Parts: sequence; structure tokens; C-alpha cells
Amino acid sequence: MVIQKCYHCGTDCDAEPIVFDDKPFCCNGCRTVYEILNQNELSCYYDLQQSPGSIPSEVRGKFNYLDNEDIASKLLEFDDLATGVVNFYVPTIHCSSCIWVLENLNKLNPGVKAALVNFPKKEVRITFRKEEISLKGVAELITSIGYEPYISLENDSQVKKGVDRKLIYQVAVAGFAFGNIMMLSFPEYFQVDEFWLNRFKPFFRGLMFTFSLPALVYSARDYLISAYKGLKKGILNIDVPISLGILVLFLRSTYEVASGTGQGYFDSLTGLIFFLLLGKVFQQKTYGFLSFERDYKSYFPIAVTRISPDRKEENVRVHQIEKGDRLLIRNSEILPVDGILLQGQGMIDYSFVTGESLPVTKSSGDKLYAGGKQTGQSIEMEAMESVKQSYLTQLWSNEVFSDSQTKNIKSLTDSISKQFTIVILSISLLSGMYWYFTDKSMAFQVVSAILIIACPCALALSAPFALGNMIRLFGKRGFYLKNTSVIESIAKTEALVFDKTGTITANNATDITYRGEALNEKEEKAVRSLLRSSNHPLSRMLYQHLPAGENQGVLGFTEIPGKGIRGKSGELSVALGSSDFTEAAVARQNETAIWVKIDKKVKGRYVFSNAYRQGIKETFDALGTNYPISILSGDNEGERQTLRELLPEGSSMLFRQKPEDKLEFIRREQETGKKIMMFGDGLNDAGALAQSNVGVAVSENINVFSPACDAILDARSFYLLPKFTRISRKTLGVIKWSFAISFMYNIVGMLYAISGNLSPIVAAILMPISSVSVVLFATISTNLLAKKMLY
Amino acid sequence: MTIIFMLIAASLFIAVVFFILFVQSVKSGQYDDVYTPSVRMLFDDELVENKSAKPEKELNSIN
Repeated sequence: MVIQKCYHCGTDCDAEPIVFDDKPFCCNGCRTVYEILNQNELSCYYDLQQSPGSIPSEVRGKFNYLDNEDIASKLLEFDDLATGVVNFYVPTIHCSSCIWVLENLNKLNPGVKAALVNFPKKEVRITFRKEEISLKGVAELITSIGYEPYISLENDSQVKKGVDRKLIYQVAVAGFAFGNIMMLSFPEYFQVDEFWLNRFKPFFRGLMFTFSLPALVYSARDYLISAYKGLKKGILNIDVPISLGILVLFLRSTYEVASGTGQGYFDSLTGLIFFLLLGKVFQQKTYGFLSFERDYKSYFPIAVTRISPDRKEENVRVHQIEKGDRLLIRNSEILPVDGILLQGQGMIDYSFVTGESLPVTKSSGDKLYAGGKQTGQSIEMEAMESVKQSYLTQLWSNEVFSDSQTKNIKSLTDSISKQFTIVILSISLLSGMYWYFTDKSMAFQVVSAILIIACPCALALSAPFALGNMIRLFGKRGFYLKNTSVIESIAKTEALVFDKTGTITANNATDITYRGEALNEKEEKAVRSLLRSSNHPLSRMLYQHLPAGENQGVLGFTEIPGKGIRGKSGELSVALGSSDFTEAAVARQNETAIWVKIDKKVKGRYVFSNAYRQGIKETFDALGTNYPISILSGDNEGERQTLRELLPEGSSMLFRQKPEDKLEFIRREQETGKKIMMFGDGLNDAGALAQSNVGVAVSENINVFSPACDAILDARSFYLLPKFTRISRKTLGVIKWSFAISFMYNIVGMLYAISGNLSPIVAAILMPISSVSVVLFATISTNLLAKKMLY
Repeated sequence: MTIIFMLIAASLFIAVVFFILFVQSVKSGQYDDVYTPSVRMLFDDELVENKSAKPEKELNSIN
């Protein structure tokens, strides 16, 4: 049988898809979206892209809190009596159909005035008339067609900051000055001693001087400031020789123009600044839709339903929750605080915290920790702490998260610039002395020419282009880096540390193994038939796992929430559930299992465990040849044996690690002088990720959530990890080669300079050529490197 | 040849005007999202398409 794909979202349909309008749908949600769009002349949605949609989630009651004025005002960007503007982050935006349907939102509800999508950021800005539709209405409207906005506690404290466009202006000014000065300096390059040219010379030169001023003062200021700060601290960073070159260029040119002895090097000066800034632009690769700065706030809800003593429901901001409040948590809502379950059946999914994807069953009176997500029916709980004092959120009071701590890495460029500066200064000093004794008038010229030609423009461009290009290539393969210095840090890594659950195990795959007395065919059939009647997630999973076959009727089916199910299946009476429900002798801690009891005899249990990622052994083997590997797990030691087989010999494993323990472990290792790269996924790894030299968040859905880190790795690219680390090291090699090339140009230019023959035209030609060739070399060789190894 | 002063003044004036226009366009946010407009420009009035087909589909859903 051919499995049909849902017309709306493209997922595989069950054996019996919902057929509507001759098209298959995987669920009623998808069908509804199709219906809505079709009735509103928006069916073109399906023509622009094939199966573009996503399954809409349950709406009812979810956005009630948006009616709360206090919360709404936090979200609205513009707000007056008639109109409101809101900017929603919608993770499901992924194709051109999404843009189209969201921007035609006013067809669905005329209250929407305009909607504008920012695709790279996955945001939609909606302007609406307040008397026709409320903020809650807008949120529900887009959720109903499968675009649920992501609203979190982060929105509560968000400072609406402007975009920093300074660099663009700086490039624009430098480019403007460069282009115009080039035009003005051309006539003199041809050295025609012509009457009119000679008359206009002072005018042209004056103009060139004027143009160079804004480039020097505005565009180049960051280099000058950074060099000044570096010198003050006694560091010779790359900006020192650059600033020296820039200043000498400017002063000598000004002197030449003022004294009328020459045209100066204004075109080289502005060109230099322009190219340097271009390198900066190239280095700034940002992923609009990713955030590397997230903490628990981007995951926690902004509001929660509080039940007042007189049983009234009200929506309050999470920050206003106090100890003793009674809270209502609906299906797929997140527990914002630690508390005690009062009423209902808790099925808490802690996958965002620990990476464990199987929900934990809790019953009334049990303690609940913040960060879990309730699945199933609504529950009521009593808050025991406020948000900031909960077990998980306390981690963020650790000093690692304070802003003052920045990872101090000395980049390759900076370390080479020190020797470079010293060499340049001594060369200019020596030749200055030589010329001083042979021809005094030449001394000043030669020294300034050396400093000009030595200005390490090409050197400064090598790293930005090699690393910037590599970041882009990594991004294409699902490895997103925060900035270019992360590549250098990866290359210098000496040890790897992995979290277990969710990082090296897959969230969406579960291994089910049966342990105990083998079941015969008849018994298995009985178990399967009984499972069919249950809606519990574990029952569903086990049912899918068991080999398909004919089912039989079940008599007297009873389900005791949180315990198990029981019934007479065929001739056998079967009980499935927890160890105490089935009265199994041994209860095992921290094991997710369904016990099987048939006719009053405990047969065995089905154990659920997270499956390891595909190709994990090969990945570890490849990594193990270069790095020592450690595993930090919050779980018990149950998996020690399996892990030992997967990991290369000599790897260390630590179990029962609390979030703080993980952080401490990294810190201790670092104190022995090791550079650590840490891989984690959940909020409980956040501390360790921040402490490590490179913190990588492994994520199965990069749009949803990842803790603060230096890089985000798409779980599908996990197997490429050995290659990513190898390429990072080779990229540093590429940079060193481009350094060599730029030195070559420097030596050639130096020969001109020392002999006192550096004319403006030589400088104007040499400088761009050296920069362009270094840029070409860096980009082409990194491209080749990635092509050879990643594809 | 003093006309060159005027010519240069004119060319500079134009250059400065363009420069100011560029800065303004950056300021207004035109360069903040350079991808979406490239998709948006390919859409046109795809809306009107199935007015006649609509009632039939509603019938289907009733059946």
C-alpha cells in the first residue's frame, strides 16, 4: 500500500487518511486549515509550494492571557485607541507560501490592516484595528492556520532595541570617499605636465583632503580607538599597525598637499579603510532566526492561569506568582515554578530541561519542578517558590551568567600582529637611521613610506574572509556559529564533554526492549489488544512497536490514571502498568517500563529507553582519535555498559550530575589548562555550556529552543562533528597561508619603500591587489576545503 | 576652463544627494530584511481564483 502524504503539511498519513475535496489529510487540524484557506480565496497557498503547511495546534483558552491589558501592553509595539501593532515570532514560517498566506491575513479577518513578514527572522508584524479584532484574536487567527506565535517570558522583559546600522554607514562613508578621491587623483597619475592640470592641482588636492576627513574621523574611528585601548593595556593588537598605517598615511599626505610637494596617498588611505570595513561586514554573519543568548526566559510562558480562593480563573504574569498561589496548567503548558500537584494526572515532559523525552507520571501530592511541560489533561498545582527561586532558574544566578565574564580568546591575528608590529618598527627605525646619515631629506619620506606600505590591510582581511566564509559553509550543513572566533576556539579545543540524554540520544526515537519471560503469540496478541484501548503515550508507543496483527475484543477494560490498564483480553486477563500496579517484586528506580502481568503472574517488562543517535559509534571513534571524551549525565548508571561499548577506550563517564556539578566539572578541567568543548541540549546544561570554551547546543528543531551557547548544531548533522572539528583546524591553516601571501606583498612594497621610490601610484596599485588576492585565496580555499570534506 | 569648477560642483552635488538618499534608505529599515521582498515581488493577485468553485466545496463538506 502506498502511504499518502498530507496535502497540507506533507507528513505521512495513517493507513486511513481523512479525505476531503479528493485530497488526503493527516488530521482534522490540517483539513480545517485547508477549508479555511479555500473558503477565503487563499487556496493558492498550495500552488506556491507543495504541502507548505504545518499542523495547527489546539487554540482554545491558550491565548486568554492576551486579554490582560498588562501583558498585551508588553507585546504591542504600537498601541493607541484605534490600532495596534504586534510583532510575533512564528517558528513555523519556512517557505514562500508562508509569506504569502500571512501577508494576506486580511482576507481571513478584515480587522487585520496589514501584515508584513520578515522571513530571515521568522517574524510577522501585524497591524490591526482594535475595535474589530483583539490581540488575542490575532494570535488565535494565525494559530488556527498553523502559524502559532511563540510568546515567552522573554517578551516580558524585552527592551525594544533599535538595529545597529553603524557599520553600514561607516562602509558607505568610506566607499563614498574612496570613489571620489580615486576620480580626483587620476589626472595626476598620468603625470602630464599640462598647463590646466597644474592650475587645478591645488583645488583637486584640497578636495581629496576634505573627502578623506570623514573617512578618517568616522569610518576608521573604531580601529583608532581599539588601538589606543590596546596600547593602554600594553597589548599590540592588529589594530595598532593598522592605525599606525592610517595615521601616517593621513599625516604624510596632508603634509605633501600642504607643502605642495605631491598629491599624497589619500586614495590608498580611503581604499584601505573601505576594504577593512568590508572585511568586517563579511565577518558579521548573523542568523536572524537563531538566538545564542537564550536563557530560561525564552522558554517559560509569559502568563499563567491562577485560580483565586473563590475558584475564579484569572491570567497573571508569571513574575507575579507568589508562594501559595494555586495555578491551572493546561495541556502542553509549561510549569513556571516549583510546586506541588494538587489535582489531576501529571504527565510531565522534561525534555527541555534534561533532554529526556519520555514524560514522567506524577500524582496528587508529588513535587513538580519548573520547566516541565504538562501533556494530557489540565492539572492544578500550588506554587512553592516564585519564578526566580525555583530549582532550575537558580542556576542563572551563577556568576558564569553575569555579563562581566567574557571568554577571552587571543585570536590568531592578534598573536601574529605583535611580532609583526615589532618587526615593522625596527625596520623603519634601521632604514630611517641609514637614510639619516646618507641623505637627511629622505629619512622622513622613507620611514613614513615603510609604515604606509607595511600597514597590514591584507593581513587583517585574511581571518575575516576565511572564517566568515567558513561560518556560512558550516551554516549550510546545520552547524550555526555565533561568530567567527568560535572557529578558532573549536580548532584549539583539547577535550570534548557530552551530555547524554537528548544530546547523544535522539528525542524522537525510543528503543523498547522486552525483559523477562518470553511471551507466546497468544499472550502478545492479548497485550496488543489491550493496549489498543489505551490513550496513554506509553501505550501508544508500545502498540506501535509490537508487530502488527489481528486484534481481539477486550472485556472489562479499566484504566487507572498513573497506574496502568487492566482487562480480559480473549481468554487471558491482562494487567499492564507500573511495578506496584502489577505487584511486581522489584521496583526499579529511574526506569521507564510497562510491566506485564498475565493471569496473576508477572511475566516481565517492556523497557523504554532513548535510542542513541545514528552513527554515534563511528562519530565517537573518529573524535576519539583526537580528543579525550567525557560524558556527563544527569541520569543513573543504568547506561554505563552501553556507553562503554559506544565510546572509545579511556573515556570517562560521570552520572547523577546536577546542573551545578556539570558546571563545576568543566571549571575543574579548565583549571588543569584544558580547553573544553561542551555539547548539551537542555536547560540543565546551560551552566556548563556557558563555562566551557566552546558551548554547543545540539538541537533537533533549531527553531524552537536551545540554551545560551556559542554554536547550535542541528542534530541531523551530528555525525559530521569530526569533520567540523577537522575543518576548523584546517581553516586556521588557510589563514596562515594567506598571512604568508600578504607578507610577500609587504616585502615587495618594502623594497620600494626602503629605496625611497614609493610613489603614490605604486601604493595605490599594490594595496588593492594584495587585499584582493588574499581575499580570493581565503574564500576559494575554504570553499574547496568544505566541498572536499562536507559533501 | 573655469567651467571645471562648476562641473565638479555639480558632480559632487549629485554624489552627495545619492549618499544622503542611501543613508535615508538604510535608516528606514530597507536593508534590514533583504530576503522577503525578493519573494514578495513574485506574488500577484492570486486571490480571485476559485470563486465559482467555492460553493461546490462547501457542498462536499456537507456530504
